[in-house]
Amino acid sequence: MVLPVVVVIGVLVLLPLAQGVYYSFTNINEATIANPILDRPATYEWVGLTNYLNVLSGDPSYGDFWAVLVRTLIWTFASVFCHYAIGLGLAVLLNRRIAGRGLYRVLLILPWAVPAFISAFAWKYMFNAQYGIINQLLGAVGLPQPVWLGQSDLALVAVIIVNVWLGVPFMMVALLGGLQSIPGELYEAAEIDGASAWQRFRNITLPGLRSVSSTVVLLGTIWTFNMFAVIYLVTGGINPNTRILVIYAFERFFSGASRDYAIASTYGVLILSLLLVFASAYRRALRKQGEVW
Amino acid sequence: MSTQRKRGARSPLASFGLHATLVLASAIAVFPVFWVLVTSFKPDSRAVEPTPKLINEFTTGNYTDVLTGAKGDFLSWFGNSVLIAALTTVIAVFLSATTGYAVSRFRFPGYRATMLSFLLIQMFPFAVLIVPLYNIMLSLGLQGSSLGLVLIYCTTAIPFCAYMLKSYFDTIPADIDEAGRIDGLSHFGVFWRLVMPLARPGLAVTAFYAFLTAWGEVAFASAFLSAADQSKTLAVGLQVFVQQNRTEWGHLAAASILVAIPAVIVFYLVQRFLVTGLSAGAVKG
Repeated sequence: MVLPVVVVIGVLVLLPLAQGVYYSFTNINEATIANPILDRPATYEWVGLTNYLNVLSGDPSYGDFWAVLVRTLIWTFASVFCHYAIGLGLAVLLNRRIAGRGLYRVLLILPWAVPAFISAFAWKYMFNAQYGIINQLLGAVGLPQPVWLGQSDLALVAVIIVNVWLGVPFMMVALLGGLQSIPGELYEAAEIDGASAWQRFRNITLPGLRSVSSTVVLLGTIWTFNMFAVIYLVTGGINPNTRILVIYAFERFFSGASRDYAIASTYGVLILSLLLVFASAYRRALRKQGEVW
Repeated sequence: MSTQRKRGARSPLASFGLHATLVLASAIAVFPVFWVLVTSFKPDSRAVEPTPKLINEFTTGNYTDVLTGAKGDFLSWFGNSVLIAALTTVIAVFLSATTGYAVSRFRFPGYRATMLSFLLIQMFPFAVLIVPLYNIMLSLGLQGSSLGLVLIYCTTAIPFCAYMLKSYFDTIPADIDEAGRIDGLSHFGVFWRLVMPLARPGLAVTAFYAFLTAWGEVAFASAFLSAADQSKTLAVGLQVFVQQNRTEWGHLAAASILVAIPAVIVFYLVQRFLVTGLSAGAVKG
């Protein structure tokens, strides 16, 4: 019964993956790719490591790799940190007996229910410098009203805010599930022993959530690192101040006259390598703490 | 004082703080959607006022414009998205259920590699797959078609869904399978008639995840669908309202509400399963 899936994955993931790696060593682009519609054979050639050398040199005409990498790391770390911290905070609050818990839960999950591209448009509207509600509110309390989505680092702050808003519900639900699997007797025993709320949180809640946390943080990091839709839609296509690695790869693939598939693939392979290194380091760190995963 | 309180009871102040935090968080969670709803009932020109009001010149004109096709080919986009999302959901749920069941019940050569690859596939950036997939679609003649997109969405949805369902099937006792076998059911019969009904919450979460994957995807849809307006999905089509110089916020808002409604309904139906489904599923690993 696994067979169909193995076949599907093999054909649609592993084969393209191998091909993508291969393309990163060639000079394939719109002009050299085989095109059955025009009945034109492929004319791209093997160019060895040229693409990698061009990209890794950090040359701006190949996307300023190192600067974009730093921005990607800031974006990922800030997003995942806020996802986890806010998600955990809300999950702890929701895990208590409290009037209206079901209603709060439904309302807090709402950002997850709305398709991400809709949310992206909504935030783009709210962030507008002239007529956006956010600047109206800031103005009403006497704060400055910046141009959020312009050509400055504020645009990155703005897309991080949107991404945090989008991602918190998943973290909250996952951590809430984890919290509910921690036996209540542990808390009762600790309370009888005179443990403070903070001590109970540190010594029961956090260890009890460890396996859930490690999975969702890893998944969250991977998803955020590869997040495309939010940035692309909120900043309206191309804004160098919010350009992360996947965005640049897409720009190279899709926009521009030449459609440089080779550089897009090179970026793809580099992204994948970075994530693989991260995941194995993360796994090793967990294993040191005695976590079998 | 605190020692005299019953265990688990809260001081009024703590209770107030708790509710205040949750109310504030809920407001932040709901506000963007609420604001789009408000905007969708304003005339397009009023959506960009320097001082926005909650209600002025209530109109349903935006909805009429969008639904009659006066602004964008909304119904075609909607139809494409429904078709693609529905096909993806059905295929993904069926295939990931069979796979999840197999890896939950049987040990076979390559078991660990299969499980690991489910997680690793989450890591593949579309950037590395986009060119070869484009190439494959081109040579299969599926470039620009909905079917091609369904296949691509399945490859991202199935591994994660299978991973979630595997853990869910693990919580269903294997005794049930054995009882079914003794009563003369085949392996597939056990799976289809006994285990699937028991796994409903897990399947609901899986279906939801697969549905959302297809309903909201932007990158592949932007790159692979043909430029013809009728072939677009909602995620791509709605971008026509966001132009370089002028965005039609009123129309965009109305279209957004129309798109969000089915997603929210599906979500409402499965949300009570989400906590149990996810905690029994993905997170316990």
